[in-house]
Amino acid sequence: MAQVSLNNIRKIYPNGYEAVVPTSFDIADGEFVVLVGPSGCGKSTLLRMVAGLEDISEGALSIGDRNVNHVDPADRDIAMVFQNYALYPHMTVRKNIGYGLKNRKTPASEIEDKVQTAAKMLNLTEYLDRKPSQLSGGQRQRVAMGRAVVRDPALFLFDEPLSNLDAKLRHQMRIEIKALQRRLGVTSIYVTHDQVEAMTMADRIIVLNAGRIEQIGTPAEIYHRPASTFVASFMGAPPMNLLTAKGSGGRVTVGETISVAAEVADGPVTLGIRPEDIEIGPTCDIPFTVDIVEELGAHRLLHGQLGGQELTIHVGKDVVVSAGPIRMSINPDAVVLFDAKSGLAL
Amino acid sequence: MKRAGFATRWLPILLLLPQLAIIAVFFYWPAAHAVKSSFYLEDPFGFGSSFVGFDNYIHLTGSSEYGRIAKFTVLFTVLVTFFSLALALLLAVKADNVIRGAKTYRTLLMWVYAVAPPVAGFIGLLMFNQSWGPLTELAKSIGWDFKLGVNFNDTAFAMVLVSVWKQVPVNFIFFLSGLQSIPKSVREAALIDAKSSFRRFWDVTFPLLAPTGFFLLIINITYALFDTFGVVDTLVKGEPGNNPMTLVYKVYVDGFRGNDMGGSSAQSVILMVLVLALTVFQFRLVERRIHYT
Repeated sequence: MAQVSLNNIRKIYPNGYEAVVPTSFDIADGEFVVLVGPSGCGKSTLLRMVAGLEDISEGALSIGDRNVNHVDPADRDIAMVFQNYALYPHMTVRKNIGYGLKNRKTPASEIEDKVQTAAKMLNLTEYLDRKPSQLSGGQRQRVAMGRAVVRDPALFLFDEPLSNLDAKLRHQMRIEIKALQRRLGVTSIYVTHDQVEAMTMADRIIVLNAGRIEQIGTPAEIYHRPASTFVASFMGAPPMNLLTAKGSGGRVTVGETISVAAEVADGPVTLGIRPEDIEIGPTCDIPFTVDIVEELGAHRLLHGQLGGQELTIHVGKDVVVSAGPIRMSINPDAVVLFDAKSGLAL
Repeated sequence: MKRAGFATRWLPILLLLPQLAIIAVFFYWPAAHAVKSSFYLEDPFGFGSSFVGFDNYIHLTGSSEYGRIAKFTVLFTVLVTFFSLALALLLAVKADNVIRGAKTYRTLLMWVYAVAPPVAGFIGLLMFNQSWGPLTELAKSIGWDFKLGVNFNDTAFAMVLVSVWKQVPVNFIFFLSGLQSIPKSVREAALIDAKSSFRRFWDVTFPLLAPTGFFLLIINITYALFDTFGVVDTLVKGEPGNNPMTLVYKVYVDGFRGNDMGGSSAQSVILMVLVLALTVFQFRLVERRIHYT
């Protein structure tokens, strides 16, 4: 267990492509940090640099109190879970889990004990003598977890470990991984492109875009106070509504519809509001036209037009709406304003 | 799974016919002829033949010369197979690690593949030329008086060397593609699990190459036994004398030089059985043994 510190870590490839711009952040001991972003944002590259599978072009990386820039992956005291499991196909589950320990000259009896404990924890005991090809996707994922757990590392690294699983299993494994991490208290870095995974698992989320950190924060901070329009539209399904608005005389207005008090300079701004921070009802003040109602069982999503701009509203399952004109109002406290040009929160 | 079928019974037979005809004319008919003549003693001048039963085979089992050549063939096969596989594996592992100029490096290594066996043998002749061959010079510089075609061991050494040289590229291509088909993440997992590259190779890479290796083993044994004819022929210059030769070459020497068609046929039949055994071994053991994913 250890804290991890990245100090101006940069990745630039020989062809001049800068995959990660100088990036710094610290991870506390036992913390679960999720790196999230669209594909090609540099999140995997960052993780692979921490693992030692990619060279660090510039900057300093330390795990615990030790600078590990030039330490072999095997000596970094880390364990990694890969997207496609990366199990050794010719080894049994037992050998797959124990292989790392064997290479650290752990006595055979101790390896067996640790493998048994890990297998029990992951419900793999009856599969120990099987080869990976005889296991289902979820079981393979558990073996990969077992391989990580058994090493008792200072740091867990997860590279999109759930993206090969079907939706139901993904949900289940998400909870299992989180529970396991809580129990073991091992510092973890988890890479995913799935914002739901990020929201549900993280102590802290780091949102990356084009090799750059957009925002670092707790899931609630990221969700409710996005630092940029990128974060606002990437996190949340459906994403935050972003409306073209205008500031003048201490108020921000969207055409003839929304109007909220805000201390901003006069000129164009972007107004962000989450779909669930909009209310509907006959007494509300803003007219809105519903085009499509998306039925999701537990709730409904209303897609429509607000003065010519697309807007989505989240309503509870008991609110019956059909396409056509309705009235809505927004919660002014939930509004987030962004600079119209840079997209950064004001 | 549903199988596609033919509407009429004659169409598939018709489509197979050309291939079957070729196999029949160029393989089954000569093979049958060889089996038949192995039971006959043929007049050297072609004036007829007499049935002798198993005499030709019995003669072979009693022949010390045949035993000696069989032993040499086994040794030759083991050496050629081992060294061409080992060298190719080494080169493939090294080439796999090369990033810059990888294509050039690989192409250069594969080039030899295009050299025909007799040409390879001829190049061997040049390299080991008694008066100016660079390899003879090299041998001389370490005090080895190399005499190709005169000294049995020297000739055998040259035969092994040229045969290995000729076969390495084929193995190299297979090993390299085998290495590249090992998932990158499995190697990376090994990188985290084991510090020593030696351990990673023997514990992870090598077992995953085993299917390729088994396949190549059979291919190489077959090569060393049969396809080295051109190399042997060129290096012994058609003058076997005291020189080493393989069983396949002896078939040729006895049959076409010695005009002993019966004895030569008996030898080919023995070799046919050997090939059959190898093929069965490959299908039954190897094909079934290792399959991942």
